[in-house]
Amino acid sequence: MSQPFTQRHIGTDADAQSRMLAILGYDSVDALVNAAVPGSIQVDQFRVLGDSTLPPAATEREAIAELRTLADRNTVKRSMIGQGYYDTVTPAVIKRNVFENPSWYTAYTPYQPEISQGRLEALINFQTMIADLTGLSTANASMLDESTAVVEGMLLTRRASKSKSNRFIVDADALPQTKALLANRAAALGIDLVEIALADVSTGGAGQVATGAATVADLGEHFGIFVQYPGASGRVWNPAAVIAAAQAQGALTVVAADLLALTLITSPGELGADVAVGTSQRFGVPMGFGGPHAGYMAVRQGLERQLPGRLVGVSVDAVGHPAYRLSLQVREQHIRRDKATSNICTAQVLLAVMAGMYAVYHGPDGLKTIARQVHERAGQLVVALLAAGADVVTATFFDTVRVSSPGRAAEIVAAAADGGVNLHLVDADTIGISVDETTTLADLALVVGAFGGRESFGLVNFSMVEAGLPPELHRTSEFLTHPVFNTHRSETSMMRYLKRLADYDYALDRGMIPLGSCTMKLNAATEMEAVSWPEFGGLHPFAPRADVEGYLELVRQIETWLSDVTGYDSVSLQPNAGSQGELAGLLAIRGYHLSNGDAERLVCLIPSSAHGTNAASAVLAGMKVVVVACDELGNVDLDDLRAKIAVHADNLAALMITYPSTHGVYEHEVGAICRAVHDAGGQVYVDGANLNALLGFARYGDFGGDVSHLNLHKTFCIPHGGGGPGVGPVAAKAHLAPFLPGHPLAQSDEHYLLGAGGGAGVGAGAGSGDGSGGTIVHAGGPVSAAPYGSPSILPISWAYVRMMGAEGLKEATGAAVLAANYVAKRLDAHFPVLYSGDNGLVAHECILDLRPLTEATGVTVDDVAKRLVDYGFHAPTMSFPVSGTLMIEPTESEDLGEIDRFVEAMIAIKAEADAVASGRWPADDNPLHNAPHTAQSVIEGEWTHAYDRETAVYPVRSLIRGKYWPPVRRIDNAFGDRNLVCACPPPEAFE
Amino acid sequence: MADKTELQYTAEHEWVLVDGDTVTVGITAYAADKLGDVVFVELPAVGSDVAGGSVVGEIESTKSVGELFAPVTGTVAETNDAVVDSPELVNSDPFGAGWLIKVTYAELPPLLSYAEYSALVGE
Repeated sequence: MSQPFTQRHIGTDADAQSRMLAILGYDSVDALVNAAVPGSIQVDQFRVLGDSTLPPAATEREAIAELRTLADRNTVKRSMIGQGYYDTVTPAVIKRNVFENPSWYTAYTPYQPEISQGRLEALINFQTMIADLTGLSTANASMLDESTAVVEGMLLTRRASKSKSNRFIVDADALPQTKALLANRAAALGIDLVEIALADVSTGGAGQVATGAATVADLGEHFGIFVQYPGASGRVWNPAAVIAAAQAQGALTVVAADLLALTLITSPGELGADVAVGTSQRFGVPMGFGGPHAGYMAVRQGLERQLPGRLVGVSVDAVGHPAYRLSLQVREQHIRRDKATSNICTAQVLLAVMAGMYAVYHGPDGLKTIARQVHERAGQLVVALLAAGADVVTATFFDTVRVSSPGRAAEIVAAAADGGVNLHLVDADTIGISVDETTTLADLALVVGAFGGRESFGLVNFSMVEAGLPPELHRTSEFLTHPVFNTHRSETSMMRYLKRLADYDYALDRGMIPLGSCTMKLNAATEMEAVSWPEFGGLHPFAPRADVEGYLELVRQIETWLSDVTGYDSVSLQPNAGSQGELAGLLAIRGYHLSNGDAERLVCLIPSSAHGTNAASAVLAGMKVVVVACDELGNVDLDDLRAKIAVHADNLAALMITYPSTHGVYEHEVGAICRAVHDAGGQVYVDGANLNALLGFARYGDFGGDVSHLNLHKTFCIPHGGGGPGVGPVAAKAHLAPFLPGHPLAQSDEHYLLGAGGGAGVGAGAGSGDGSGGTIVHAGGPVSAAPYGSPSILPISWAYVRMMGAEGLKEATGAAVLAANYVAKRLDAHFPVLYSGDNGLVAHECILDLRPLTEATGVTVDDVAKRLVDYGFHAPTMSFPVSGTLMIEPTESEDLGEIDRFVEAMIAIKAEADAVASGRWPADDNPLHNAPHTAQSVIEGEWTHAYDRETAVYPVRSLIRGKYWPPVRRIDNAFGDRNLVCACPPPEAFE
Repeated sequence: MADKTELQYTAEHEWVLVDGDTVTVGITAYAADKLGDVVFVELPAVGSDVAGGSVVGEIESTKSVGELFAPVTGTVAETNDAVVDSPELVNSDPFGAGWLIKVTYAELPPLLSYAEYSALVGE
């Protein structure tokens, strides 16, 4: 009999917990949490104890066996559907050393750059790759997917264009999912979308007549234009004239480009585009039924400050060595809030790293070879189809063609599926076929067979293959000339490069990452296991329903379980990041108000303590942000809330509140807050970022929440991946469920809806508390390119819930709250704990106020954070939500030994700060001021500091055997922002 | 560097040097210190009309963004190109080389004296 998984997941055992409880003065974990969580919101006020619909906890082996059964219900066929998703060969060295390596996948977003140089280098490789291939000057460190990247491109052109127009022109030959996203997002912001067949306009074809656009130069006034290159149909055409015409009247241009095609055809930058976007999926990242993959965005010089999301740049450290960091962070939502360039924060780092490494491994010549093989295979397909008498309508192509077969398209697609190949059914008369890196001649034979050409295929003369690319678009410019893309050709070299970068970084495989509001808990190996199974990785997001039944069942179960633990009635797994979950939730609120005829309800109240993403998301949902003050205890100021509600009563759309608050406290008055909003006709959005403090003890849906997003990459164990992937499901009460995100290409538009047991009367099923609720159609617009967002990582959260069960989840919450209160109690005498709630307790995290220390000693939050590196720790969250503080979240997964090691490090650092205050060490030459210390810094040259070398790097004896050495000294942030460099520096820079 | 005691101030932490029909505007040392290392400034176009109290530019540091308010209604007569090229001037010499814009105006609104501003920031 194996040990229950709960005991593997939770770091503190009964003995450790009783010692911690003794220090806090409580008899049991339940007693502690019950003292911290206000009684009025506790789950037993709302449901009968033991009424959970979650199945009892499975062992690790049982969970894997169940996942195996689900996987077996998926059918992996050869995918030739295309539409932005292509099968690809993940180099095994990348799969083993990155995708399946906790050194990469358990790292956090590189906000502490000194201990993140490995993934920052990997990301700057990615940025360099994107900038080179697109022919533009600066790329960011990934977008969520291609379609959201196009939306961000539209928003960028609106910000940066001088045009006063409200029109954005969309290429009629764009991917259907992109068109659907654009429509949804443009509607929220009042942008007028106009679809034009740009290729036809450009060449004087049929679309010109249909749209009434006389010439390229007469597209009408617009602030931006979007071109798909090559088109969704596969057509390759030269958009230079369209781009020039748009720019001539003040618009900016966005081109979505296929990265593999760009190795052979002229880059968007060379064609004059301002912005290029797309996906890097086909660079070695499995399709995964839609995600996660790294989208990309690159801009021409002059638009860097308009980029959304994270941007890696080069700066210098304290001794002048080059060092990477995140640049221009003030563009982002966590600083600029409602004025940010975007709401996205977590992106797709792990997948961007993989795609960048695919280019490192293959190099420019290797990529060109792959592209030529794909293109040649597409040419062979065309010859074979023509020989079979098929009507190929795409004259110029890279990897995709369309075939006209009036009235027979469905029949042909079905015949191909019978043979094991999925094609793209465009309409009743048209079939789309895409070739990729994995396509074989045998696959082509199957395709041609479906067209009735089984016999003719053997006779095809493949020497007749002609290139499908227009000669005028042959790429002549070089790319990926940097040595990093021309060095690691052997697997040995590649393996060592990946190891070297991984060794630069501090991830959960080294030690605790006590980042408040980030929930850096265990990402268990069993949870990861199924992610790389082909039955989860190898499916196209638009594969036929019959092929994806296992996935749909997995989705249904997770929807059911998440509804159960949050007290909501329906869940959408589509949002592929927390930011997108926020947006989806706010759009659902917007849809609900509109359906009630309340178009004027546009005010979104947001407490001043909220994460900046809330405000940025509200703006993108078309709402107007009104800030609500917090009182001196860090709680929402009820008087100010009531005053703001009174002022905006007729226009109140929603309140966004985080629970427990961003201050790490269970606000006592949350019920009153929700009631005040509801009484005024508003909806309550509860940000689920801190759900790890609540599971099993209270539920958002019970105490007043109408809708929430959850972060599966926090509470539900999806690893942070160094800054993504995330999954941000949105959960809602039944009245908002019809407005949750749908998708035009979804295999099923039916979603779980909890029956009457949840207190809601909508839906088909009768509620019985057994989770057998009815179903409902989510009919809102899409927020992600793929119908189920990033499904290939859902098995992680599925396994977590399956192995914990309702009791285990509650135990985890208890352990997390216990750990935070233990840290708060032990450190309070050294660093005052800023906020606490009922009975002086914190929730799952605590804020240490360093401002008095800074005042007294000059030692800053930065000094303490960087000094923790010398002690072998990742710093807590710095200056959020309160400037000059550290926020610590130990999570339930750390054992008492590691927690104590951290506490003792903090106490020792406080003593060091006191030594500075007492004058023993000068303010500008002490171990804090000079932290972190590299090996070089204590070895090279004469030691002239006021403290000794051992104090610098071995402040604790245990570090002698197990020392994490940062590769760089403290990084100069200002230098990096003033001298923006966002591509790989030349190797000489490091000499 | 201008004599701080001779300058006038706004509640938005800007200083104003009046010279005939033109004011020179910068942010105070207090504001520059609160912002931290300034890395980018965005200034209005010379010749553009600005309304008193409106946001006409931005001052970015590595960790936050400050807005530049026009202290008077008028026309932008000159902007400090040196500070656009070297934003660190805002930190190193806020009352001198770190000046931001000059605006010609018709009417001067009430401004704070040095003593009043010092009281405002508690110094």
